Amino acid sequence: MMAQEKEVDALTGTETTGHEWDGIRELNTPLPKWWLWVFYVTIVFAVVYTILYPAWPWFNGYTHGILGYSSRAAVRDRIDEMAASRAHWVEQIETTPMSEIVNDPDLLQIATVGGRAVFANNCAPCHGTGATGRPGGYPALVDDDWIWGGTLDAIHTTVMHGIRNGADPEARMSEMPAFGADGILTPQQVSAVAEHVLALSGAGPDNEEGAQIFAENCVACHGELGRGNNELGAPNLTDQIWLYGGTKADIVHQVTKPRQGVMPAWNTRLSDAEIKQVTVYVHSLGGGQ
Amino acid sequence: MKHELFERNVIILSVAVLITVAIGGLVQLVPLFTMEQTIEQVEGVRPYSPLELAGRNIYVREGCYLCHSQMIRTFRDEDERYGHYSLAAESMYDHPFQWGSKRTGPDLARVGGKYSNDWHALHLQDPRAVVPESVMPPYAHLATTELKFGDVAQHMQTLRTVGVPYTDADIAEAKSDLKAQAVGDGDTAALLERYPKAVVGDFDGDPSRVTEMDAVIAYLQMLGTLVDFSQYKAEPSFR
Ligand code: HEC
Ligand code: HEC
Ligand code: HEC
Repeated sequence: MMAQEKEVDALTGTETTGHEWDGIRELNTPLPKWWLWVFYVTIVFAVVYTILYPAWPWFNGYTHGILGYSSRAAVRDRIDEMAASRAHWVEQIETTPMSEIVNDPDLLQIATVGGRAVFANNCAPCHGTGATGRPGGYPALVDDDWIWGGTLDAIHTTVMHGIRNGADPEARMSEMPAFGADGILTPQQVSAVAEHVLALSGAGPDNEEGAQIFAENCVACHGELGRGNNELGAPNLTDQIWLYGGTKADIVHQVTKPRQGVMPAWNTRLSDAEIKQVTVYVHSLGGGQ
Repeated sequence: MKHELFERNVIILSVAVLITVAIGGLVQLVPLFTMEQTIEQVEGVRPYSPLELAGRNIYVREGCYLCHSQMIRTFRDEDERYGHYSLAAESMYDHPFQWGSKRTGPDLARVGGKYSNDWHALHLQDPRAVVPESVMPPYAHLATTELKFGDVAQHMQTLRTVGVPYTDADIAEAKSDLKAQAVGDGDTAALLERYPKAVVGDFDGDPSRVTEMDAVIAYLQMLGTLVDFSQYKAEPSFR
């Protein structure tokens, strides 16, 4: 490469760089003006930004910027603002008993809309969108078949403390014994009682042995007629609504080794107002007692 | 232009390159010197228990971070949906951290305790069995693959060299701690002493062996649960 005198290229009228390779010279086309100005503006922007906002790390911290902006303070302010704008009705929800909320059309409206949002975020993955339940032990909450009770207070307790979660001392507890796995009943007896359970809802023929075993082992929780007991969380066995499926194999499995469904407690995750709202929402779905 | 000065003098060029690279380097390095101030002073954050650590390694191996972030940003909507924004302290023992920026699925930074072990086991084996609209792939093999944890103590040893404060006892007891947490009915007092709030249980419903599923669920169930936010004072760490 040889440096040559800069000269103006005759064809384009642009100055050359003065470089020449094998007789080829290079045009020194200037940067487009718009591009250059945008570039300068970004530099000015960056300088102004670093003066106003937190920017440079430094040995004992960082430059805070003259506006003193903090994203954490900002989000706290946003949250406080939102809480203030909601305070009016959140307070009403908090102080009004649920039995009155459901009779006040305005509050009911607010509670069900808020409750639906809480439900979609926290409950739907287990109970299904629309609370229609999922196979594998996640009950539908839209029907009037309640395991632990469908009054506002019962639903509220279930949601606050959860079920068999081992984390909340007030969680709903009850354990169906593992009749098969622990050898309380023989496989033949389990099979017989399973047939009797099916017969309870008219899904098969009954048998004397099964009825006998049921009377001796199961009525304490599921009741004389198999209609269940909300106090003990024992499901109604006569309605053909099943947590774990209604084939004979499903019932044999349950009697052999019960699944013991678990629901987390929500009082550590949701606010009191949120729990009341979701309770009212669940209660409003059609099965509320 | 004076560019010829650099083009014709290799010493000047080298010095200029050095200065330019040094600025870039400092911008990356200086924040590391101030790490002590970046990490909030909070109670409760502890290194992962051996089982959680094994689960975390599987989480990384399976690429869960490609769809799930683990950092709740400082926005109101994130706070409402996921809970308190994530603190630097909450990932101070993460190597590498799982903050992520892709959310095909929800953020998992505070998923611990949100669902039951059964739900996680079912969901990981077949997400659409519980969430019909899910696009998450099934990870059924986790439930059938026995966890290989022969090298868990070495993993902890390695983490210790990069600053995770595992004690000699932690490392010596690694395997027995792992088993105690995954089986859930042995003596867990020592485990819980070393790793407070560790979730103990037979996570996958099969007590006869420790599977990769056990490890992943143990890890998921502790995410975001270590700091007690009712005690946390946010103001001193505003930034
Ligand atoms: C990890 C899964 C899971 C999540 C999340 C969950 N539940 Fe449940 N829920 C269950 C299971 C399992 C049962 C039934 C347990 C049993 O066998 O008794 C249940 C039972 C209930 C019951 C009692 C039903 C009855 O018939 O008595 C109510 C009410 C309820 N859930 C409401 C909620 C609400 C509201 C939420 C969200 C705030 C929620 N659940 C979140 C798993 C879950
Ligand atoms: C200590 C109380 C208790 C006793 C005794 C008991 N059960 Fe249960 N049973 C429950 C509870 C609680 C559930 C809820 C299930 C769960 O989540 O595991 C249940 C669930 C069931 C189910 C599943 C219902 C469904 O919807 O899928 C069947 C079937 C059943 N029991 C049959 C029996 C039979 C048969 C016996 C006697 C051999 C019996 N139970 C004894 C408490 C009891
Ligand atoms: C292709 C993207 C994708 C990958 C990869 C993926 N997930 Fe998901 N995940 C999702 C989506 C979408 C959801 C929301 C729907 C659902 O609950 O299934 C989800 C939900 C979840 C949830 C429930 C979160 C909540 O708060 O409801 C958990 C836990 C979870 N995933 C764990 C994992 C783990 C562990 C892995 C790796 C083994 C993984 N995911 C890999 C897409 C993904």
